[in-house]
Amino acid sequence: MKITLDHLTKKFPNRDKTKGDVTAVGDFCFDIPDGKLIGLLGPSGCGKSTTLNLISGLETPTSGRIFFGEDDVTKLPPEHRGIGLVFQNYALYPHLTVRQNILFPLQNLKGKNKLSKEQMNEKALEAAKLVQIDELMDRKPSELSGGQQQRVAIARALVKMPRVLLLDEPLSNLDARLRLQTREELRRIQQKTGITTIFVTHDQEEAMSISDEIVVMKSGIIQQIGKPQDVYDSPANLFVAKFLGTPPIDVFNGTVKGGKLYIGDEAVLPAVGVEDQDVYVGIRPEGFILNDKGAFTCQLQNVEVMGRDTSVVSTHKESLNVTIRSIISAENKVDTASKDVRFDLKPYKVFLFNKETEKRILFGGQLAADVPAEMEESLDTAAGRTDSQSK
Amino acid sequence: MADTQNYQAIEHKAKVRSRISQTIVHILLALWAVIVLFPFYWMLLTSVKSYGAYNSEYIPKFFTLSPTFQNYIDAFTTVPLGRYLLNTLIFAVVTTAIMMVVIIGAAFAFARLDFKGKNFLFTFFLALMMIPNELVIITNFQTITHWGMRNTFLGLILPSVTSVFYIYLLKENFEGIPDSLYKAAKVDGTSDFKYLTRVMIPIARPTIITIIILKVIECWNSFVWPRLITDKQEYFLVSNGIQEIRENGFGRENVPAMMAAVVVISVPLIILFLIFRKKIMAGVSRGGTKG
Amino acid sequence: MKKSNNWKAWLYLLPALIFLGVFMIYPLIDVFVYSFQEGYNSASQSYFGVGWYNYSYVLHDPYFLQAVKNTFLIVIITVPISTGLALLLSVMLSSIKKLRQLYQTIYFLPYVTNTLAVGLVFMILFKKTPYTDGLVNLIIKMFGGHSVDFIEGPYWAKMFVMCFYTIWVVMPFKVLILTSALASVNQDYYKAAKIDGTSKWRTFTRITLPMISPMIFYLIITGFIGAFKAYSDEVAIFGTNLNAAGMNTIVGYVYDMLYGDSGGFPSYASAAAIILFVIVLTITVINLMVSRRNTHY
Repeated sequence: MKITLDHLTKKFPNRDKTKGDVTAVGDFCFDIPDGKLIGLLGPSGCGKSTTLNLISGLETPTSGRIFFGEDDVTKLPPEHRGIGLVFQNYALYPHLTVRQNILFPLQNLKGKNKLSKEQMNEKALEAAKLVQIDELMDRKPSELSGGQQQRVAIARALVKMPRVLLLDEPLSNLDARLRLQTREELRRIQQKTGITTIFVTHDQEEAMSISDEIVVMKSGIIQQIGKPQDVYDSPANLFVAKFLGTPPIDVFNGTVKGGKLYIGDEAVLPAVGVEDQDVYVGIRPEGFILNDKGAFTCQLQNVEVMGRDTSVVSTHKESLNVTIRSIISAENKVDTASKDVRFDLKPYKVFLFNKETEKRILFGGQLAADVPAEMEESLDTAAGRTDSQSK
Repeated sequence: MADTQNYQAIEHKAKVRSRISQTIVHILLALWAVIVLFPFYWMLLTSVKSYGAYNSEYIPKFFTLSPTFQNYIDAFTTVPLGRYLLNTLIFAVVTTAIMMVVIIGAAFAFARLDFKGKNFLFTFFLALMMIPNELVIITNFQTITHWGMRNTFLGLILPSVTSVFYIYLLKENFEGIPDSLYKAAKVDGTSDFKYLTRVMIPIARPTIITIIILKVIECWNSFVWPRLITDKQEYFLVSNGIQEIRENGFGRENVPAMMAAVVVISVPLIILFLIFRKKIMAGVSRGGTKG
Repeated sequence: MKKSNNWKAWLYLLPALIFLGVFMIYPLIDVFVYSFQEGYNSASQSYFGVGWYNYSYVLHDPYFLQAVKNTFLIVIITVPISTGLALLLSVMLSSIKKLRQLYQTIYFLPYVTNTLAVGLVFMILFKKTPYTDGLVNLIIKMFGGHSVDFIEGPYWAKMFVMCFYTIWVVMPFKVLILTSALASVNQDYYKAAKIDGTSKWRTFTRITLPMISPMIFYLIITGFIGAFKAYSDEVAIFGTNLNAAGMNTIVGYVYDMLYGDSGGFPSYASAAAIILFVIVLTITVINLMVSRRNTHY
């Protein structure tokens, strides 16, 4: 099922009645292709959960339309949309057993859709087998671990064969080890069923690792849509660059002058095709090459060796982060006695951003990610909004 | 296309349904609100009708065009309504004040101090919560009578100055105050008593205020004990007063004056309620029962 | 530190211990003593024997039997109706957004009013006098019925007013408890049910009711206990001479035996109070056993 979100907007009345409405989701346009796993990613309060609620029909949009395939479902009540929703805290009915929980949606079917007892049990067992909890059918939710509860919740959402599966922060209530395991499990289930799946998360690693595509949001506005690696390699603006990646990107104040990029007094890279201006410079931690004669000098703080990699922690007066973290291969030896450390930079790991709009400035033959034309507009409004908010 | 039609029908149906159910809900809720409010309206209305007008209405009117305050004057002059109000106020304030001292002391001992047999004693206190008032009131009546305290404020007040439930409530609240504060105070050389008055009571203030309000309401409405212990009008509380008014007051038929007295008795609590609405409702839902 | 606190702790506890000792623990023992002292005389504080006579007297007293009948009727009628009605109102309250606070405030009003005082208003609304049939009777007549004196008329009419007023008085507490119980149910359950297309009735019976069942049982238990102790509301409607009105309750019987026109018999009062206590205890234990079996977690 392909889902089309057309200029979707949701405003909430402000608690402070003197102020205007709060825009939770602003002008959201996105075609979700059939059978894909999509991650909605952003910091808390960015409108990703509201977007999910709009798709599920638990909330109705202020304006804009939602299409499932060719059908306009904008005002359709949730139960007629054919969706499955897994809640962050799973919302399993505590007084019902696993089996009764999974059967619950099937027992709601009426009229010609009504199933016989055998059919229901069969379907429930099928769903339980898919998420590998068929051994636990007669337990109560309180007798299950977090991971098992999660699976029951997914089984309950899948049992009526939804056209769309929605997951709200599916992994946030699990511990770190279970999270990795469940992540792969989710991917497996999605691929097996082929159901278009949308999940919401604030954890970029989670989104990057399993999504076919990610949608990065901030303050209700889409920042960028794309394949996880594309978005990482070519962020559309400073927010996206900072939000994706662990350790996070290092950001500096820089200047472009005469075709060269300066950080402080040092010309660190050629910046062909960019007008002279002040810029933000974002450098991915893996974008540093250790070189005694390198163009970029930082003040060495300490070195953390972590097996395969070495993490060099340093400072620089133009850095916006407190420390600069650069990841280099452990084969490189760093002279820890030295006061300074010098780097060369990999041009494709360095991003320039406009100081005002914070939008990406391409230089030296960098290619933009595939950003659709209409997205460019909403990016403009996004930048405008950010400005007005910071004031 | 056919599908879209279908969807529109579903949307429409859902809309109509929710509108109908919302309307029914609002009608029923409003109906109960009317049942609750009507007696209040009726007492207000009747209290401003003149005696003559009221008695000449075979079919009572739902409004009056010539309101009079004569009934209120009668209520205060013909029967000692002012006396009843004052008695109740004294009773409520003194009882509540003494009770607060008693229960704060006990709650503090249970929450903060260590002594032999504490757990046993607290369990015993909890068990006392299940003892119904009706069981102990008989002996209390005898005790107060033997002490010659009938028709005195002391006799009215003494049996009502402890509440195991409020001790329990306050103890729970005191225990929520972190240990570290107590240790810090000890290091500074603060005495237990000073710690109680300077730290614990201010922190537990919301709960203490809730208890005070609930106790005042309870005192204002208490009827059974005052009825047993007082038979002189000088010591009547409002509940007994209103009963007296009903049976011997203005002459049985002066309903408007009776209603004026009812209004005067009801208004203080309603005002208290409207001011402390949230506190009262939260306090009651935490375990109050009527009376 | 622990030891030095010892005597101080008792000092803080002292007032509570004294008051509880004198007005709760001693009376609790004493009431049993009274109930077995035959022919106790208040003035001389003497009695002639020890035995079950007081109980036997009370159990054979037609006034007591009438009071037991009245009390049981009030309990059986008001507890289910008020709990059900409170449930209905609370569910409806939680389904609306507008006016919700207003309704909650209004519904709570009877809790903070003096029941003796408002009882007078009910009496006037239901009473039939030579001057007027009273508002309720006029409404009955409007619908083609016959007027009845609800205050001094037939038993069923008096019982009706009694139960109506009792329900009016106990509703605020029940609505308050149930609305807060409903509000504490995680909204995600309802969202999940909605997405699954669960009908309203099924959502109510399969999700809402099980979720708030502990609170419903709490209300039923406290409701039973409260209704068994009915007294002030009766006085409010029918006056202090409840025996004459035929509307006495067990608690009313206890007080009448203790004090008033027929008073001066603390032994009979004690026996009646203990009988009441045993009834309430039995019913509470049964209630608890039923609720254990029916609450799911």
